[in-house]
Amino acid sequence: MTRTRYMLLILFVAVLALAACQPAPPPTAAPTATPTPSGPRELTVMTHDSFEVSEEVIRQFEEANNVKVTFLKSGDTGSALNKAILSKDAPLADVFYGVDNTFLSRALDAGIFEPYASPMLDKIPDKFKMDPENRALPVDYGDVCLNYDKAYFQEHNLTIPQSLEDLTKPEYKGLLVVENPATSSPGLAFMLATVGHFGPDKFLDFWKALRDNETLVVDDWETAYFTHFSGSSGQGAYPLVVSYATSPAAEVYFASEPLEEPPTGSITAAETCFRQVEFVGILKGTKNRDLAEKFVDFMLDLPFQQDIPLQMWVFPVRPDAELPDVFVKFAEVPEQPAYVSPEDIAKHRDEWIKAWTEVMLR
Amino acid sequence: MTTRAAVLRRRGALVPRAVGLWLPPLVFLGIFFFYPLYSILRLGLSPAQVAALLPEEWPTLWRPLRFTIWQATLSTLLTLVVGLPGAYLFARYRFPGKDLLRALTTIPFILPTVVAAAGFNALLGPRGWINLALMALFDLSKPPIPFLNTIWAILVAHVFYNTTIVLRIVGNAWAHLDPKLMQAARVLGASERRAFLHVTWPLLRPAILAASLLVFLFDFTSFGVILILGGPRYATLEVEIYIQALRMLNLPLAALLSVVQLLCTLALTIAYTRAAERVVVPVTPRAEEETMQTPRTRVERALVLGLIALLLALLVAPLVALAVRSVVQLEAARGHRGPVDYGVTLAFYRELFINRRESLFYVPPIMAIRNSLLYALATVVISVGLGLPTAIVLARRSRLGRVLDPLLMLPLGTSAVTLGLGFIVAFSHPPLNLRASPVLIPLAHSLVAFPFVVRTLQPALASIPPRLHEAAAVLGASPWRVWREVDLPIVARAAAVAAVFAFTVSMGEFGATALLARPEYPTIPIAIYRFLSQPGALNYGQAMAMATILMLVVGGSIVIIEKVRIPGVGEF
Repeated sequence: MTRTRYMLLILFVAVLALAACQPAPPPTAAPTATPTPSGPRELTVMTHDSFEVSEEVIRQFEEANNVKVTFLKSGDTGSALNKAILSKDAPLADVFYGVDNTFLSRALDAGIFEPYASPMLDKIPDKFKMDPENRALPVDYGDVCLNYDKAYFQEHNLTIPQSLEDLTKPEYKGLLVVENPATSSPGLAFMLATVGHFGPDKFLDFWKALRDNETLVVDDWETAYFTHFSGSSGQGAYPLVVSYATSPAAEVYFASEPLEEPPTGSITAAETCFRQVEFVGILKGTKNRDLAEKFVDFMLDLPFQQDIPLQMWVFPVRPDAELPDVFVKFAEVPEQPAYVSPEDIAKHRDEWIKAWTEVMLR
Repeated sequence: MTTRAAVLRRRGALVPRAVGLWLPPLVFLGIFFFYPLYSILRLGLSPAQVAALLPEEWPTLWRPLRFTIWQATLSTLLTLVVGLPGAYLFARYRFPGKDLLRALTTIPFILPTVVAAAGFNALLGPRGWINLALMALFDLSKPPIPFLNTIWAILVAHVFYNTTIVLRIVGNAWAHLDPKLMQAARVLGASERRAFLHVTWPLLRPAILAASLLVFLFDFTSFGVILILGGPRYATLEVEIYIQALRMLNLPLAALLSVVQLLCTLALTIAYTRAAERVVVPVTPRAEEETMQTPRTRVERALVLGLIALLLALLVAPLVALAVRSVVQLEAARGHRGPVDYGVTLAFYRELFINRRESLFYVPPIMAIRNSLLYALATVVISVGLGLPTAIVLARRSRLGRVLDPLLMLPLGTSAVTLGLGFIVAFSHPPLNLRASPVLIPLAHSLVAFPFVVRTLQPALASIPPRLHEAAAVLGASPWRVWREVDLPIVARAAAVAAVFAFTVSMGEFGATALLARPEYPTIPIAIYRFLSQPGALNYGQAMAMATILMLVVGGSIVIIEKVRIPGVGEF
């Protein structure tokens, strides 16, 4: 009999222990009280995994509007958007942030957003506004550019490539690692840079030349940057990588010992980069339209805009937002990124990716 | 001796109970597996669409299917080649540090692929230790071993990840085989080889089959290993489903691929069920003390040492490489392709405790550990709670069981991407409006853990000779008492193995967790990926530090789980 009692006791304690603890939020987070009529309302924001924000900034919004903001991180840029589209009949959130110009048309065609002409739009340069109906409002932008490992180029007395064409020269044989546009957002952006520069008919010839020059293709940015790029701390063997124009600034900011200057550089020569603009929109069917509007305004207001650089390593769209030191010193902005119109991207993106795959991977 | 009539009577009494035992797992699978699967496939697939798709997309289907089957078969064979001798080592020999080695060999199972890739890179990458050593030794200008982005990286990684399945399932069965059977065969004049082939092998086959099936299904649905270590030249069905569903939003094609994957899994598990039926031989299990020995002769010692060295080199070396990377700094020497200067540092661990950017999503390590452990415990309770009754009815071998058995394995062979999307479509509106509730995470983990639990417990239960039950019943024991006194002691060890699997499945799982992620409930793997999403030495170092913490937490937990004994129950 004692055995049975022992077992029941163990079972009981286990169940009790599980029932007692819920997964723990970080200690600083506000208590997740169930909303009572007098308590804060709830607003849910769906976004991608790379979304970051300061606690302080969000708290200000929450206190000013008596609201609790919940974030749903839903995979990389493409995955998060597709999940929003799949759940559009019963939206998981009130606001969606993080669709970029390479996927914008898919979001608009699927009709997941409600238009909202935020008063803040006046403060944003027109070049970032890509939806005339204001269903998607620009928040930030960043440039996908080639990064290089300074020490390697110095040591080998190599000049840094200054154009896409340079990359096919024999002296850069086996030095470049790029991401697969079918699985990676910077990979797609860089492929679009080549489309913009060479044109939709010629860009595949360039990629054939890159293939013959022993360019390595990997599936995601993490692997390309941390495993294969020699300028990161992952001890890779490739001194050229497709990354972001702000990556060198991040290398300084996240150095394990204080650095005078970044160990890497970004190449911002004309038509070698591709600009990604990220948008926010109010999800169709939200029951909190008033709060959602306030949240969109808040994302376009200065406190959030100035928080963007160090959190997400991209630039705020508002020119009057003040940039942190490390951005001013080390983050470059290419003057003339390659350009492909959102309509062309919408129409041909999948077909270009397919053709690219045939050239590079089969 | 029982009469035929008595047996029949007992069978009659068993029928309602069998239905009762089947009910919970079927309800669970029905709600959390078949319903979301149906919801998503319905969106993407109609017969007309399939007919239209097939001719055009045949290469998109056929190429990954062929590669998936080929690499999974090869990976499974290699895993058996490493795992079976290892299982023998654990089953038959006592040696110092055995528990530690057993725990260490389990850790690969939970490592997020990005982290495992970093471990392999530190060892075998172009500037890894082995290539640098060879270059220095033979004065080479290029790294002699290409590893990343080759088929070998995929195969080695699969062996690295899945050997523990063979070690545990086959090792556990082997440890309880009566050595007297072998000795009897030898006494009767059989050679060692013949005794093995005709006695040990047939008795081990159910366990080997079960382990092979699990390993094959894991390799079959492999995703991270293919993407990160194999590179984009290799695509399995799972990778193709991910690309079509989440990148291209081509739901019909993704659905078609998912159905093909599902049918393959079903065919495989049906074949398994048929094969397994024929090979179960009930033998009274022995306590481990009777079957273990310390290596005595020189040959035995060499064998034991050799096997330990093999396991260390294949399974433990990448872990060590990772742990080392979490405490070294190589800032100064970046960019050189030669040897690197190392400096030892704890900076990365210190940094884990600092919220430098005052980020809302900062993860204090303790919270990540706590959340991971909670999800894992819930997974153990759910999957063992459902798996035990299922294994009990399966072991009775009813006709109903034969039909239902293959269905139980389906979650393991189903595309995680498809199922994840199914969760979103199915659970975001009434009647089951769970949205992104954190409850879904242990439920999703339990779906993966459940087949492991069943496959670990069922061979152990099936091996119990019916006469033990009959004897106990004749002596007047109630069915519950029979179960407690006969089955429970025998199954206790297998239950511990099952619990370890459920625990590790949950600790390392990333896909479902990320898909349903609520950033306020981060797990350790989520924290690791968060660090790796931005450039910088600190981020990389912190990811390695967090991975090392994950390894320590899992290693420690496994040792504890294995030490837990149900009081008063003798162990077998």
